[in-house]
Amino acid sequence: MDLSFSDDDLAFQSEVREFLQTSLPKDVQERTARGLHPTKEAAVRWQKILNEKGWMAPNWPVEYGGTGWTVAQKYIAGQEFGLAAAPVATPFGVSMVGPVIYTFGNQEQKDKFLPRVLESDDWWCQGYSEPGSGSDLASLQTKAVRDGDDYVVNGQKIWTTFAQYADMIFCLVRTDNSGKKQEGISFLLIDMKTPGITVKPIYGLDKENSLNEVFFDDVRVPVANRIGEENKGWTYAKFLLGNERTSIARVGRSKRQVQRVREIAAAEQCGAGKLIEDADFMTKLGKIEVDLMALEYTELRYLSMLSAGKELSAEPSLLKIKGTEIQQRLTELLVESLGMYGAAYEPSEAYDGRNETAPGPDYAHGPMAEHLYLRAASIYGGSNEIQRNIVSKMVLGL
Amino acid sequence: MDFELSDEQNMLKDSVERFVLDNYSMDARAKLANTELGFSRDHWKTMAELGWLGMPFAEEVGGFGGSAVDVMIMMESMGRGLVLEPFLSTVILGGGLVAEAGSPAQIESILPQVIEGNMMLAFAYAEPQSRFNLNDVQTAASKSGDGYVLNGHKAVVYHGETADKIIVSARTSGNSQDEAGISLFVVDAKANGLSRRGYRTVDGQRAADIMLENVTVAADALLGAEGGAYPTIEKIVERAIAALCAEAVGAMQAANEITNEYLKERKQFGVPIGKFQVLQHRMVDMYMEAEQSKSMSDMVAMKLSMDDAKERQKAVSAAKAQIGQASKFVGQQSIQLHGGMGMTDEYSIGHYFKRLTTIEMLFGNTDYHFKKFAALSS
Ligand SMILES: Cc1cc2nc3c(=O)[nH]c(=O)nc-3n(C[C@H](O)[C@H](O)[C@H](O)COP(=O)(O)OP(=O)(O)OC[C@H]3O[C@@H](n4cnc5c(N)ncnc54)[C@H](O)[C@@H]3O)c2cc1C
Repeated sequence: MDLSFSDDDLAFQSEVREFLQTSLPKDVQERTARGLHPTKEAAVRWQKILNEKGWMAPNWPVEYGGTGWTVAQKYIAGQEFGLAAAPVATPFGVSMVGPVIYTFGNQEQKDKFLPRVLESDDWWCQGYSEPGSGSDLASLQTKAVRDGDDYVVNGQKIWTTFAQYADMIFCLVRTDNSGKKQEGISFLLIDMKTPGITVKPIYGLDKENSLNEVFFDDVRVPVANRIGEENKGWTYAKFLLGNERTSIARVGRSKRQVQRVREIAAAEQCGAGKLIEDADFMTKLGKIEVDLMALEYTELRYLSMLSAGKELSAEPSLLKIKGTEIQQRLTELLVESLGMYGAAYEPSEAYDGRNETAPGPDYAHGPMAEHLYLRAASIYGGSNEIQRNIVSKMVLGL
Repeated sequence: MDFELSDEQNMLKDSVERFVLDNYSMDARAKLANTELGFSRDHWKTMAELGWLGMPFAEEVGGFGGSAVDVMIMMESMGRGLVLEPFLSTVILGGGLVAEAGSPAQIESILPQVIEGNMMLAFAYAEPQSRFNLNDVQTAASKSGDGYVLNGHKAVVYHGETADKIIVSARTSGNSQDEAGISLFVVDAKANGLSRRGYRTVDGQRAADIMLENVTVAADALLGAEGGAYPTIEKIVERAIAALCAEAVGAMQAANEITNEYLKERKQFGVPIGKFQVLQHRMVDMYMEAEQSKSMSDMVAMKLSMDDAKERQKAVSAAKAQIGQASKFVGQQSIQLHGGMGMTDEYSIGHYFKRLTTIEMLFGNTDYHFKKFAALSS
């Protein structure tokens, strides 16, 4: 056991810092620091910069374009990206479907799709959830029926994040209804331009459109776009969910948020002093920080187990639960730090459209947007109730 | 000892509930919230006709002479529908200040207009630096001839954009944290030098920042004694907090009913999700929080008329702290138990969550009132 970084690690840390300082576009950084979603254009612009540096896919094997970073390096990069308010690459391509393709896809699929993920030429979205199938994902009903070299897909997906931007959707579809529900699911890659696909926006609590419904009406998908075997899609889907849960912990980002609470508290007046001198407020922040530190070392311990070749079972669920709870507590505290200005809210486009800035101090713009959106963090990626069910069953045997 | 409503009070409750049922479907509310005004002048007229805008005012000025309990009943029912009209701003705060501190002439010129629905008021107390401290007033009022000149910045004034008259707290003497030296002025919204920047708040309402630049007012704009407004402000804010607590109770009860219904309807894994024990217990916790809140809201409504200021303040802070915590818990868990559906703007539950979120902040958040309660108790 040893917590210290090697000289190589420290050199790597300087390299990451310098890269972020020189290459992270200011507008991208600003939106991320505020807690606003990057625009599609900005996300792609930033991802292309990352890819040029060779850092688009830290979790991929080197042969497919990964970075080959050690556990320590991944950790350092995560920290530095978070602290610099650098957005992580949009997860649907690089963190979700990419690993499924290189793990379970055939050579043709790897050659066709992986480079386009790295280059951000395809924007992917995730077609898992359906109106009747959320937590009980395996009950999904969107149907794919074989017709020659195609599947014909009919049905509906919902909560599809950024489907309006997407070039491709990876979809779970039902190809067999006869046996156990998990055993009749296939994993398809579908071009969003295929005739018969309709995307309908859903506006969120934050009055932004990140969510969508996606309708499939006799959509023809080449069988060549199926990952792995027919009716084995559930295995690939679960593999993907495991990855999704780990990436949701976002310790680096939360550390940046802690700093941000401090920055605002140092500026906000509270009685005769500043909010940062208010012991109760700072104790609240301190409690979150301690929890965050525990999460950080839990994540490190798990990463170390993995790199020592040990198996994890449902531990990623723990990272997901704790990570999202901390994110929610931090945005709540950010809003609280603003006093009554925390109540002012419109989606940022509204202000941009009128060429107005948000009311109150500049830092008041953002926390409420993020607070509203992050209520979903304990819902998406498998709700925190479902994660607790998983831990109780898989780890504790209850 | 009696927590029961009288026949008249039950009628009042029924009539507000009927109004909410008729006018505040979620669609109708969303439409209103999206208008420039942010509420409905027609509804305001209706409220005037029903006598609601005169509820807390004396019969001599055309009011109904209602008690804090009557106000509680109204606010609770309005909370169920997330009503947008500026009842709290105009009647409880603005009207309350005038009734409490106004000269006969001021009362005569303002309250009948308010009661008839022809005049809207707002209370501009907060400032960018003041956080929740009512005594933190930097806006300055200096004597000039017979009148005063006002300069300052008032922040997040709910309904400040649509008010006809704005009641401004300003300093006539002392330093920025002093309780002594604060005065109240009734300022016409169209006064020269007064500018407003209106904006939406997250709860579907509207607020404004109000800038006062050399706004000249006559001597008769002074409401109450010069430099002696602080106790009046405290007292009226106590009433506003009690009203807000009742609104929160209504909103929590409605949110719980909606969520409870959803737990019975929504099926996953072949059963209604309400069959999962963890959700049953969560729902029970939400129900208990709403029950505790209802008790505190009733308690504070009955204690508002107490003369013992310290006891009264303790009751108010205790109620606000309890209801602030409960509002957060019920609001957030309502979303959680709805899953993705809870995150949509179209569905009702998120709007309850958002209003409960701002209620927690208004007039001092949970921590502020816990601290105040502790200080008053020691
Ligand atoms: C912002 C956001 C973005 C999303 N993005 C995507 C996306 O890009 N692609 C995609 O496919 N999906 C996406 N989702 C969908 C997400 O995965 C689902 O919302 C989630 O799986 C929950 O499903 P549900 O919404 O149907 O809720 P339900 O499953 O109906 O759950 C409702 C409540 O019941 C609880 N519950 C359900 N079953 C149990 C149980 N067995 N035990 C205890 N409690 C239980 C849940 O925890 C929740 O509190 C997104 C959701 C959100 C909110």
